[in-house]
Amino acid sequence: MYRYTDFDEAFVRARVAQFREQVERRLSGALTEEEFKPLRLMNGLYLQLHAYMLRVAIPYGTLSSRQMRQLAMIAERWDKGYGHFTTRQNIQFNWPKLRDVPDILEALADVGMHAIQTSGNCVRNVTADHFAGAAADEIADPRPVAELLRQWSTDHPEFQFLPRKFKIAVTGSPNDRAVTRAHDIGLRMVRNAAGEPGFEVLVGGGLGRTPMLGRVIREFLPKADLLPYVEAILATYNLLGRRDNKYKARIKITVHELGLEEIRGLVEAEFERIRGEFSGADQRILAEIEQSFAPPPFVAKPVAGFEAARRDPVFRAWADTNLHPHRRDDHAIVTVSLKAHGATPGDATAAQMRLLADLADAYGYGELRISHEQNVILPHVARADLPALHAALLPAGLATANVGLLSDIIACPGMDYCSLATARSIPVAQEIATRFRDLGLEHEIGPLKIKISGCINACGHHHVGHIGILGLDRAGVETYQITLGGDATETATIGERAGPGFSADELLPALERLIAAYLALREGPEETFLTACRRLGLEPFRAALYPATEAQRDAA
Amino acid sequence: MSRAFAPKVVTANDLLTGEVVYLTADDRWSPHHHEAELIEDEAEAQLRLLAAEARVAEVVGAYLADARRGPCGPEPVHFREVFRTRGPSNYFHGKQAEGA
Ligand code: SF4
Repeated sequence: MYRYTDFDEAFVRARVAQFREQVERRLSGALTEEEFKPLRLMNGLYLQLHAYMLRVAIPYGTLSSRQMRQLAMIAERWDKGYGHFTTRQNIQFNWPKLRDVPDILEALADVGMHAIQTSGNCVRNVTADHFAGAAADEIADPRPVAELLRQWSTDHPEFQFLPRKFKIAVTGSPNDRAVTRAHDIGLRMVRNAAGEPGFEVLVGGGLGRTPMLGRVIREFLPKADLLPYVEAILATYNLLGRRDNKYKARIKITVHELGLEEIRGLVEAEFERIRGEFSGADQRILAEIEQSFAPPPFVAKPVAGFEAARRDPVFRAWADTNLHPHRRDDHAIVTVSLKAHGATPGDATAAQMRLLADLADAYGYGELRISHEQNVILPHVARADLPALHAALLPAGLATANVGLLSDIIACPGMDYCSLATARSIPVAQEIATRFRDLGLEHEIGPLKIKISGCINACGHHHVGHIGILGLDRAGVETYQITLGGDATETATIGERAGPGFSADELLPALERLIAAYLALREGPEETFLTACRRLGLEPFRAALYPATEAQRDAA
Repeated sequence: MSRAFAPKVVTANDLLTGEVVYLTADDRWSPHHHEAELIEDEAEAQLRLLAAEARVAEVVGAYLADARRGPCGPEPVHFREVFRTRGPSNYFHGKQAEGA
């Protein structure tokens, strides 16, 4: 597994020491909040509704068992015993005290982690397919490239003050699990006609106030040209991106206003200009990084025990939903659901984190991943070990068999924590999950992605949920707007607004009507909610959400 | 005609802990909304806010929030401010856990 170099180590330690001094100066009154705020944000420290929040990057979602244990220790020692995994493969601690933050950062540095560039108008944590290096459908592991981008973008002098924040996602698989079309730059590994590896480069995707899907700026970029090409995009955006209006400052607006052709021309010209400066050092570094992402020493085990265990219906239900095909037949990718019905999506207690670290050591070659869907992944588990793994997860509340189903909800922190929120999202997710569990319909409904955001910033990816829910403040009342037909995968689609919002009380009954309509309308269990939306259009679903009142029917 | 001024309280977060605090009439920072000074004059509210903002070594992010008179002191008006008086709804953390 990749370990930080001495250079990274020295850099991170120096930043911690600087921040310790900055905190001291803030506490002594030598720095005002105006002076201190940009400094704390550079180190991932936000102020939320009830407390500070520390956002820690988990680059490309990869954690070692040792790092996971350290996160558990931090949660217990300096927070309230839990952490929140986010849609950007970060972990957030919701209750740190200002004075403790330098110590927390020091503890993170001990395991090669940090909170740098988790805020501000710079290149943020580079995200990747959470099944990277394990998935059966993968062309190549995208993480070496993600790591190269991380190293290149960290403290890059030219790109610390971009017009706005900048998010890059990478996938090595044709099945897009990294939502690449909703990122400023999306990179998809492809092969050209000659079979050589390269990238399809997408630019200008993003959710938020003006949701847009990324567009193809380069159909095939040879792997060796990646860094100069990405740098050319950043340099072009850095000059052209609007700094006059925060809401128009993301690259999606630059692409939209100038047109893809114009941007492409500028990027290609810049690329030609700077390409020569990349003397191949980046490729040598990449080759080294690739070495450290070599697959673990897989141990072959017979799968007979797994087949026998499938006779247990509880195990079978879990195996049917929470496993994904591994590149080796005798292994599986395990998604550990952090979505127990009624729990907070993405939260894990320190005890759960420790157990996951122990299980990763026992059954998963010490590796863990965090998905943008706010679950924990054990990417390499021998099928023979799955029954024992399941048995160990069960008593810890970590064996919920719901991955990809209705209750596997993405929810941002919303107004329970976030100071930007316009409404709460967590209680909405909790209610939906428990209600449909009580109805006993979840498995019958089948694959369904519900995604909830507590404001227009769309951290909960509601635009790309099959059912998206956006919490708004309408005249001092929490109101929820539904979008339908969104899709986060390689067939990405921005969902369409269904109609007027619902109050918190009206929302659950409306969703029940919507789901009942789907069950009645679908051609069979194979037709998912999303496919049904595509076949039928949204009208029948709108009709279910907004049934005509008696008066309206009489008038008609 | 200008709209009537909605009464305000000055609120902020404690510098060290981040806890929500309210400015009292005798210039203390209280964790309790009902102890806040209810300011019914617009100019006075601005002055009180400026004074609060000057206390840089105590609080962060001071602002004026709508409030109304209640039986035990000022009460929040908007749901956001109601949440700030108790803490998150998913865990019994924050003020609600401190017996506030
Ligand atoms: S979507 Fe809005 S409420 Fe939710 S975390 Fe993002 S900024 Fe906060």
